[in-house]
Amino acid sequence: MSDAAHAHDDHGHHARPSGVMRWLTTTNHKDIGSLYLWFSFIMLFAAGSMALLIRAELFQPGMQLVQPDFFNQLTTMHGLIMIFGVIMPAFTGFANWQVPLMLGAPDMAFPRMNNWSFWLLPVAGILLMSSFLLPGGASAGGWTMYPPLFIQGGISYDLTILAVHIMGLSSIMGSINIITTILNMRAPGITLMKMPMFVWTWLITAYLLIATMPVLAGAVTMLLTDRNFGTHFFNAAGGGDPVMFQHIFWFFGHPEVYILILPAFGIVSQIIPTFSRKPLFGYASMVYATASIAILSFTVWAHHMFAVGMPVAAQLFFMLTTMLIAVPTGVKVFNWVATMWKGSLTFETPMLFSIAFVCLFTIGGFSGLVLAIAPVDIQLQDTYYVVAHFHYVLVSGALFSIFAGIYFWLPKWTGHMYDETLGKWHFWLSVIGMNTVFFPMHFLGLAGMPRRIPDYALQFTDFNQIATLGAFIFGFSQLIFLAVILKSIKGGARAPDRVWEGAEGLEWTVPSPAPYHTFETAPVVK
Amino acid sequence: MNSKWQRSGMRWAALAVSPPVLADYGYNLQVPASSVAHDVFQLHNLIMLVCLVIFIAVFSVMFYSLLKHRKSLGHQAAHFHENTTVEVIWTVIPFIILMGMAYPAAKVVIDMKDTSNPDMTIKITGYQWKWSYDYLNDGIRYYSNLATPHEQIDGTVAKGEHYLLEVDEPMVVPVGKRVRVLITANDVIHSWWVPALGVKQDGIPGFIRDSWFKADTIGTYRGQCAELCGKEHGFMPIVVEVVSEDDYKSWVAKKQGTAHAAAADNDKTFAVAELVARGEKVYQANCAVCHQANGMGIPGAFLPINGSKVATGPIADHIRVVLNGRPGTAMAAFASQLSDADIAAVVTYQRNAWDNKMGDAAQPAAIAAARGGAAEAAAPAAQ
Repeated sequence: MSDAAHAHDDHGHHARPSGVMRWLTTTNHKDIGSLYLWFSFIMLFAAGSMALLIRAELFQPGMQLVQPDFFNQLTTMHGLIMIFGVIMPAFTGFANWQVPLMLGAPDMAFPRMNNWSFWLLPVAGILLMSSFLLPGGASAGGWTMYPPLFIQGGISYDLTILAVHIMGLSSIMGSINIITTILNMRAPGITLMKMPMFVWTWLITAYLLIATMPVLAGAVTMLLTDRNFGTHFFNAAGGGDPVMFQHIFWFFGHPEVYILILPAFGIVSQIIPTFSRKPLFGYASMVYATASIAILSFTVWAHHMFAVGMPVAAQLFFMLTTMLIAVPTGVKVFNWVATMWKGSLTFETPMLFSIAFVCLFTIGGFSGLVLAIAPVDIQLQDTYYVVAHFHYVLVSGALFSIFAGIYFWLPKWTGHMYDETLGKWHFWLSVIGMNTVFFPMHFLGLAGMPRRIPDYALQFTDFNQIATLGAFIFGFSQLIFLAVILKSIKGGARAPDRVWEGAEGLEWTVPSPAPYHTFETAPVVK
Repeated sequence: MNSKWQRSGMRWAALAVSPPVLADYGYNLQVPASSVAHDVFQLHNLIMLVCLVIFIAVFSVMFYSLLKHRKSLGHQAAHFHENTTVEVIWTVIPFIILMGMAYPAAKVVIDMKDTSNPDMTIKITGYQWKWSYDYLNDGIRYYSNLATPHEQIDGTVAKGEHYLLEVDEPMVVPVGKRVRVLITANDVIHSWWVPALGVKQDGIPGFIRDSWFKADTIGTYRGQCAELCGKEHGFMPIVVEVVSEDDYKSWVAKKQGTAHAAAADNDKTFAVAELVARGEKVYQANCAVCHQANGMGIPGAFLPINGSKVATGPIADHIRVVLNGRPGTAMAAFASQLSDADIAAVVTYQRNAWDNKMGDAAQPAAIAAARGGAAEAAAPAAQ
């Protein structure tokens, strides 16, 4: 590998610095992809530990382990870190590794900006995590940061705003990089409609990010000035409106939901055809469905706010647009099932996670449809039903697709096969654990348990105990995942160039592990 | 074992068909007690049924494929990868199903939002962390606090049947009357939610939103605040007592009587010991959640009262803080929440409890004077 790097010195590549400086100064898309993925993994354990503490407190009624204020800090930070520190960076990590490899490009379009986009993230992560140590603790107003509650808090609330700004900058720069790479650096012959589905979903995701991150930045800046400079954007006493924050926030927040799931659709759309040994069914309709979801996502935001009180016309409008999203989402599920139909299926770990994704994400989709029905939503808003819904979408959806993607491409990245037995253990424990945590939450929500409460009435005890049990199974089984990755980095069976029998695409034409520099001469695709 | 499985099987079957039976098991929405809640219940069952049928249909196809189209069984992959007819069908059919769902849902939305022609109107205000009920037709106004003792929450005594879902003063309404509720909040956003009545409406500080219900059965209905509102968010329940018309009338008469008695206290002069004893109760109900029973507050979040400059400084300033609060912080203005006698009592208590041995006392008359003063002070400031 280092020989390969030296051999190219005459092309203008410098010898890499070693140690920490290598990682601090790297402009290589593969290094930066790995950095994103490791950052995301560390944050997964940080925010996951918070989740376990939350579930431990909720194991029985009464206050046992934490105080209510600290409980709110845990739920707030768990949400913020899982969204901005785990799922988004992991997908950007995949994009860094795979987009150039899949398009036959030598690197990302702006390698130095790529370095900067990543290194902003640890700064934001440190701001968020260290706020636990400040007087008054971390921010406890919920990841949605609703004023006026968010205005009441102490210094850590300002740090949270700053962290959100920094993560937003990182995402915007990352998106500019991804869009430019995809539009300008495809190898000759790869037309847009020949791009791998993962690339398509990221192209659309990147546009969503560029459109919505500035909106979030605006909303939190208004919070900042309301908190510190006496403005009254969200204070009725000064002519403002607390509900306006919610409108602006969710105008960002709903497209954000698709930012967190479209790349997952992309990963799964690479894996299912591979292990079905059959091309993806309905490629074109898949592209159109992704684009439709993205466009519709800008018209549905107020379904997060049905309980705020809206005119009839607004409730009906947002109910109908939200229900409409089920159509393109349904098309995707049907396409995945049709891809498997009459294939030649094998069930390696990436495929297992992808099948679980299709099945469990659909449960999240259906509970989303139930929540779209405005009158039903008014009963279920801010209950555990909503907690169940978005964890089905984000854990068995986004997170499972990340697991699947790691198992799928790890041999290409490390050059070694992962341990299939451990992988299967990881899969089954994760699936059982995940369903044990989140399925009972549907019942809790229907029966009337509000979310974000540190203590609950006695009739909710049984399901909460089951959920806590599942949370610990799910949480600790992630240590197996860590072991699998470390083992595959250290050694194992050599992976061939084309790791999987049914794999198609340019990334499988380069050696495993992928050399430090690939496709310095563009391949020609017919 | 067998019968247990049968029973759970029946519960699942019940989930789809017979609404009133299954609610007792805690697998579905609570037993509805108003027309809106009933409509929502039916709507939810209908949609669940549709989702369940589609889920089973789609995933039987997938699982059939997983079982039969395996490489290990020697199945060869087919090569098809698109079919316009099929793709159009599975785009159009879900669309039609969705529109079929939207129609009954829209009818319920329109009914829910129609708050016209109420028999009575109650204004509900959310505070950190309690509710107040203002009966606009009968001139009754009072606060409703969590009634579960702290010992139960901390686990030093056994938890009662209605743990965390009990209040000192429930909201009382007559059965079969159309009640319009006007909902707002004093400090941050709260949400007034009683599942069995089918009402959930956010209370937004500075704005009034409305909703309505008509309870069809006498009984006690319990709910909770449904919008994160700070550290005691989990501890501000809602209890609605639905009573007969006659019981409602006698309740109104009783409430109006106690209101007169309380008003009379504002004209009295009390001994310091009387004020301290009364003030301790007021403190426990209104102040202790933040400033703590020992007056030490929570470092970094809530300031102490024990040894504070306010509680050991001039009494006029102390009264002013309690009356007007500290804008921009969690310290609420209690001017509208507590009577003159109660504010006098709590101020006196705070100045004489713990290490604050000030020995002085505030009388209700001083509070009344400070209220007047506050109004005068506010007028020029507003110009």
